[in-house]
Formats: sequence, C-alpha cells, structure tokens
Amino acid sequence: MTEDGIKKIRTTTWSGGPGCHGGCGVIAHIKDNKLVKIEGDPDHPMNRGRLCSRCLAMTQIVHHPDRLTKPLKRIGKRGENKWQEISWDEAFDYIEEKMNKIKAEYGPESMTFSMGTGRDVGAWICMLAYAFGSPNVSFAMSGNGCYSPRIAATEIVLGDYCVFDGGQWLPKGHNDPGYKVPECIVIWGYNIPASCPDNIFGHWVTDLMKKGSKIITIDPRLSFFASRSDKWLPLRPGTDGALAMGFLNIVIKEGLYDREFVKKWTNAPHLIRQDTGKLLRESDLDPKGSAQNFVVWDKRANKTVIWDSGCAGYKAEVGEAALDCEFDITLANGTKIRATPVWTKFCARAAEYPVDKVAKITWLKEKDIIEAAHLYAKSKPASIQWGLAIDSTPAVTPTATAIASLWSIMGNLDVPGGNPIARYAYNAVAYALPGAKGVIKLEDKEMDKKRIGYNDYGPFREFIWRTQTDKMFEQIFTEKPYPVKGMWLQCCNLIGGTGYDPKKWVEALKKLDFVAVTDIFMTPTCQMADIVLPATSFLEKDSIRSWWVPLQTINKAMTVDECRSLIEINFEMAKRFDPNFKWKTIHDLFDEILAPSGMTFKELQKKGWSIPPDGNPSAPYHRHERGLLRQDKNPGFQTHSGKVELYSTLREEWGLDPIPCYEEPPFTPISRPDLAEKYPLILSTGRRSPVFFLSEHRNIPWLREADPDPVVEIHPDTAKSFGVENGEWVWVENWMGKCKLKAKVTPIVPRWMVMAAHGWWFPEKEGAEPSLYGMWDSNINQLMPMGANGKDGLGTITKHLLCKVYKVNGDF
Amino acid sequence: MAKKPEYGLLIDYEYCTGCFACQVACAQEHKWPAGMGGIRVIEIVENLPNDKHYLKFMPIPTELCVLCAGRTKKGEKPACVHHCMAACMKYGKIEELAKEINKPRMVLWAPRA
Repeated sequence: MTEDGIKKIRTTTWSGGPGCHGGCGVIAHIKDNKLVKIEGDPDHPMNRGRLCSRCLAMTQIVHHPDRLTKPLKRIGKRGENKWQEISWDEAFDYIEEKMNKIKAEYGPESMTFSMGTGRDVGAWICMLAYAFGSPNVSFAMSGNGCYSPRIAATEIVLGDYCVFDGGQWLPKGHNDPGYKVPECIVIWGYNIPASCPDNIFGHWVTDLMKKGSKIITIDPRLSFFASRSDKWLPLRPGTDGALAMGFLNIVIKEGLYDREFVKKWTNAPHLIRQDTGKLLRESDLDPKGSAQNFVVWDKRANKTVIWDSGCAGYKAEVGEAALDCEFDITLANGTKIRATPVWTKFCARAAEYPVDKVAKITWLKEKDIIEAAHLYAKSKPASIQWGLAIDSTPAVTPTATAIASLWSIMGNLDVPGGNPIARYAYNAVAYALPGAKGVIKLEDKEMDKKRIGYNDYGPFREFIWRTQTDKMFEQIFTEKPYPVKGMWLQCCNLIGGTGYDPKKWVEALKKLDFVAVTDIFMTPTCQMADIVLPATSFLEKDSIRSWWVPLQTINKAMTVDECRSLIEINFEMAKRFDPNFKWKTIHDLFDEILAPSGMTFKELQKKGWSIPPDGNPSAPYHRHERGLLRQDKNPGFQTHSGKVELYSTLREEWGLDPIPCYEEPPFTPISRPDLAEKYPLILSTGRRSPVFFLSEHRNIPWLREADPDPVVEIHPDTAKSFGVENGEWVWVENWMGKCKLKAKVTPIVPRWMVMAAHGWWFPEKEGAEPSLYGMWDSNINQLMPMGANGKDGLGTITKHLLCKVYKVNGDF
Repeated sequence: MAKKPEYGLLIDYEYCTGCFACQVACAQEHKWPAGMGGIRVIEIVENLPNDKHYLKFMPIPTELCVLCAGRTKKGEKPACVHHCMAACMKYGKIEELAKEINKPRMVLWAPRA
C-alpha cells in the first residue's frame, strides 16, 4: 500500500516495550523509515479498528529523543549514569565473557534471567537461559503475583485455563451464530477499560453490555463497571476468597448449581477416607491397584467401583455414584474405614461460609451478596472475568480454585458465553505460561531441580517454569544453597516497577558480579547494569504471537538506529553459549513453533492471523464431552484424575488444603489490629492508568498530560479527617517506608482505603544515584514487603497493606 | 450569523470508559503538542443521594476540532471515532444522528469545525 510515499504495513502489537500484553491489529504508516501514524486495523478480530491511547502515541515513543539506540557499557560505578557507546560485537563479546566466567566459577544456575510482565520477552529469554544452561528464569515480582498464580490455580481445578467468552474464537466474534451473549458477566477485581487485560480485549465487555449483558462488579473502588453494574460489591480487599466461598454456599444450598455436571464431570463422587482425611485410592483396596486411581460408591449395587484416572473412565459399570452419605469400606490390609464422597466434604466446607459470616469478613451487605449470587446463578450463560486483584493476595490459590470451581459447577465451563478453556491457538506455544510446554524448553531435567523454588513449592514443580521470586531475592543475600552472581533483565524495570522493597533490590543488584539490561529507554533498573542493550518496539521486528487466539505474526515495518529485537539479541547469545543450539535462523525457530498450525511463518504472515477451526483442541466449545482436551482423546479433562477436581489431588500431594477456603491476609485490620492502630487505612495499589503500561510511558507527552502526577485516591471524609485537601502532596507511610503522592480526593474509594498509583518514576529527573529518576520520591513499592506469599509460594499483598497519610510540609 | 452546522459527533457517554484513545488519536492525526487537541476527556464523579456516586467520562470536542475533514473526505471516520475503544462515538449528519438518540445518556455535539 502506498500513498504519498507512505507505506502502510499491517502488524500486531506485542513487545518488551512499550507495553502491553498486545495482540491488537494495527496499520503502521511509514515514510522514509519513520512512523508517521499508527491506526487500529478495522479488519482485525481483536480490536476491530480500535486502539488504545498508548499505541496511538507510538510516534512519540519510537522516535523519542531519549530512545536507547546503541549498546552502552558502564564506565563509572553502578548508579553513576556514566556510559560508553560500544558496538554490538563488543557488547556480545563482553557479555559472553562475563557470563562464562560466572558459569565456570559457580555453575550456570548462578546466572538468573528476569523478565517483567508477559510480553514478547518470555519465549526468547527462556531460549537464552536454557542455551546458557540455567533453569533460573524469573518473573521478578513478589509471589510471581501476576497471572501465573491464577493460571496454575485453574490448572489445579480443571487442567487448563479459562477466560471469559467475548467471541474471540469465532470468525465473526460475538456476531457469530455459534456465540451466545452472556446474560451476566462478573468483573472480579478488574478495571478493564484502564487495564492491560490478560490477553483479552477489555472493551469486549462494553460491546456485550450494549447487547444486554448484565454486570456484577467485585471491586472496592467505584470503577466504570461498578458505576454501571446491576450489582456492585465493594468488598474489603483480599477477602475475595470468602466471597467466592459464600457464593458456593448459596448456589449449593439453594440447589442452583448444575448437578448433572457435578456428577459426571467432577471428582465429587470420589471417596475420602475419614481416618486419614485423604482420597481413597485403588491401591488402598487392592495392593496391585494404582495409587493414581480413585474409588466411588455405587449406590445401586452397594459396592465400590474404581475410577481409572489414566483413561478418565470407570473400570466397571456404575449404577449411580453416591455424592453424599458415609460408607464402610474394608481396605486390602483388613482395616475397616469410613469414607465420604468429595461432594459432601466440599459442601460442608462451603457451609462454613454462611452469608452473615461472609458479610462480616468482606464488609459487604448480606442482601448484596445474596442478590449477586442469584443474578450470576440464574443467568445462563454467565461468565466470570477476573483480574490481577486475585493474584494480589497470598491466598490466591484457595481463592482462584474457589472461583474456578464456581464457574464449573454452574455449568459455565467451555460453553458459549461462559468461561471457555483458553489454549494457545493450534497449540503453537512460544512463551510457555504455566502448564504449557513449547518448543523452547530446558532439556536437562536434573538442572531444572536446581531452579530456585523447585524444591519448596508444588506449583513450581508442576506448572510454573520460573523461579519463586522471593526465594531468589533471599538467595542473592544468603548465597544458599548456591550463590546467585548474575542477572539478565529483559525489559524488566525491577527497581522502578516490579520490585517490592526496591531499596533492598538495589542492594541485591549491586551485590551481583554481572547485570545486563535490555530496554527501549533508560530506567532506574538500567542504572544498576554493567551493560544496557537497546531493544526494538513491535514495529521494528519480525516475531510471532501465540497466546490464546488468534495466532499471528508481528511484521517488521521500520528500523530505529542500532536497536535490535529481543529475539535477535537472545538468539545471538544463545548460539554463542550452546554448541548444539538447534536453529540456524530465527525463521527456522518460528517455523518450528508454528508447526502445529500447519503454517510456516511466511504463510501465517500472508494471512496476518488465524483462528483455529472448530474441532481443533484449541477451539471451544464442550471439548471435555468431545474428547478434545486429553491426549488419549477420551472425554474428560487433563487433570491428574481426568475430572474437574473440586478436591485437588495435587494440593493433597503437596500437603496443602485440597478444598478451597478463605485465609485472612497477613496485614489487615483483622489480622494485625496492632499495626492498624498506627496505620489506620487499608493501602491498596496497582490500579491501572488508562494511559500508562505499568512503569512505562511517563516520558510520553501525550500520555503524561492525561495522568501527570502519582496520585493517591482518598475519600473526602477521610481526607478531611487527616487534614488533606485535593491536589496536596501527602506522605503515604507504613512500617516499610514512605512515599510522596498527590492526594486525589474522590468518593470512588471507600472511607477505609486509599488507592495509590504504582510504577512511578520521573524520566525527566536526574538518572544518577541518589536520584534514580526521582524514584525514591513516589515509588509506592517502598511500602511493600517481599516474602509475604501464600503457602504455595504464590500471591502477594499488593491490594491490602496498611498505611497512614499525612500532609507533606515544605516544597515538593 | 454562523453557518448552520451539518455534521457532528454523537456520543453515547454511558459507555465512555475514559480511556483517552480519542484524545491521543486526535493529537496524532493533527500533530497537536501535548496540552492541545480537538477533543478532551474529562472525568466527573457525581454525588447522588444515599452516599451513592456515578462515575462519568465525557469526551468534549474543542475549538480545534475540525471533524477530521481530511479523513472524512476520503470516506474514513474521524480519528477519534475510528479509535474509540468503547465504540461509543459516531460521526455523521446532525439530522441523521439526532434520529439515533434512542436511549438515555447520549449527547450530540456540533463542534465549531
């Protein structure tokens, strides 16, 4: 396409920087290798022409005068902001030498590889780490507290992940005849319009609202959705688990759930031994039996029948598997025990959460909880879309398993307009999220056992191929069981964005022998590096995007100076480190990743994107019935038992509570009244700005003008009682530290909570220490402790710390 | 007397999520520096009885809005309408747009253009 010398190039958004989780189709208008304009592609199934402010500001990003354009080598001390431009060859040689030195002295596992949030970063940083021989790839946030925990929890319940159905699997979207508009959508801890959704397009929800979907919003803050909801539940942050249990109790008690689904597709009938409290297994009844098989009680024949997990079927005919009562069973060793079906235990657990108790925990009204439960339960289909708030609590797994159990027993699993199972289109996996296995993997299983967190936490062995970040952080200081000596940070602003307790992270990075950072701009994190490599935006590279649907290519539209794409940088280094590196060219690698789709990179590129057709295991609906989920093609799920596990076999194995429950977070007015006396407000952070992606974009004029200052939202009554007026600078402080934020006095937050903006640093201020771009002024993470995670190493305290607020005296 | 306006913008502000796409799309299209532009988004928190509130966003065309004459001549939508994330903006003849006001919480702008 040409017009006035302008080439129009169709591509896909997704890169390590600038944001986001990507996937939108865009048309880049390029003249003389410069971006003159970018528009949303009207034909693209994700955004259909629309585009967010961040992408519309791309001309100010790619041609920004501060863009990193050449490799930089540190010549002063770390933090002095003194650099020398070097060539790429010099940079690669230097990195190779430094990393090989660490490998020779301490072993490859002493080199760690950190990324920020999930973008076109993960696949390639893994490729580099594994080629180097290290298993230690990390998402550098406390408790790996973004997305992975929810995915792992959903895998625990149903062997796959789910998202809400916005029609994304159908060629005509929500106008497709195979689609049903959800009667109700539950927006749980998620402000979609302002957020960077987990690979769905947030405004699909507004599209569906126009088509009649009713909305339930679960959010302490009055969001766009809360304002327009049929039911708004402004719960106390971190109590989502109690609310989910309360919902389960209501739908079970009132018989609103899908009993046929529960009987047929969940492990509700599997028996639990009352003596051990654990699942009864075939091996208990028969020494030759498998410990992986389970036992049900056939009510009609009055006998036990074995459930064969291997093929997801009973070993003998079952008249009717019992869901309640207790049964006497004689074990192979002659012991007589009593056993109870999972369903009985599950219901008993739910019954521990009557609505008055839930109201007391969540600070909601009983009436609102009941009405919301009824609206969701009586809507067919209904869909739940949860957000990051679910990961932002240490009890993420008990919470998320409760919610996934809820949509499952309501019959909304993998149905049109419900919660379809989300798989990588055509099973072409580049970036392996929890549970997925792709082309890029660590071949050395023994080495994987050295991965930090592997021996400590079940989910990290079973699903999450990352380090547990808090353990890694600790290990940098303790050097036990082995020292961490180097870190490669790939588009990861650990100091200015992801890292809690950033002062300690600065100390941690300074302790390392070698730090490399790739990014598109200098950040506080770059200041801790020995070498900084200039990366490209999505406009300046070829790549592939395989994350749910569609499968698509990213097409190089232009170049900027000497910037190189992450894949090019990682590929070059991987070749240097691994004499047996498998791929000759980047396109060979793309083709291998795309192989399950039957398309090569070039073929997919010609199409632009591709949605898997019905019948492909990555396309909904009703796949458990059609034998499309399991490798053996039998009906069922790919959990250990082959069923939706209301009682988790994995959690039992890990010694954790196998049934969902509520756990009070560690720093709340309830769990720590002593702290609450001194710090009377609930401190919540992490709410998204519509114009920033996490810690990015503060240097982009069109975006910064829309959200110029780091704010803390505070209720007018609360502000008054603390003597604070709108627009005044205030200290937000707790036992960890303090930061300066601008008070935004607004009734959209409850009186008992403040919401602090996150990811703030000031690219316009001095980069060298002690300033670090003014980061110490307003980085809210200074109030956030590391290490406050759940029992399975997941989740964190982003949404519910405690603080006090007071006026800053003097200038700022 | 000024000419009677022919074209305008119909905004279904019930669905405006305050994403700023229109504001930045306009700045990009017309190369406005930060601080200027043909459409600005404002947030209004309305206090209602019984401690209830309504969060409203409103895109307001400014004196700089030319209804993207260059684009509409080519049959394209104005930049703000094309990119509106909530698809809550429509461009057209004012008389036609007026007929489409078939639900509450809509506003029809006749910008200076």
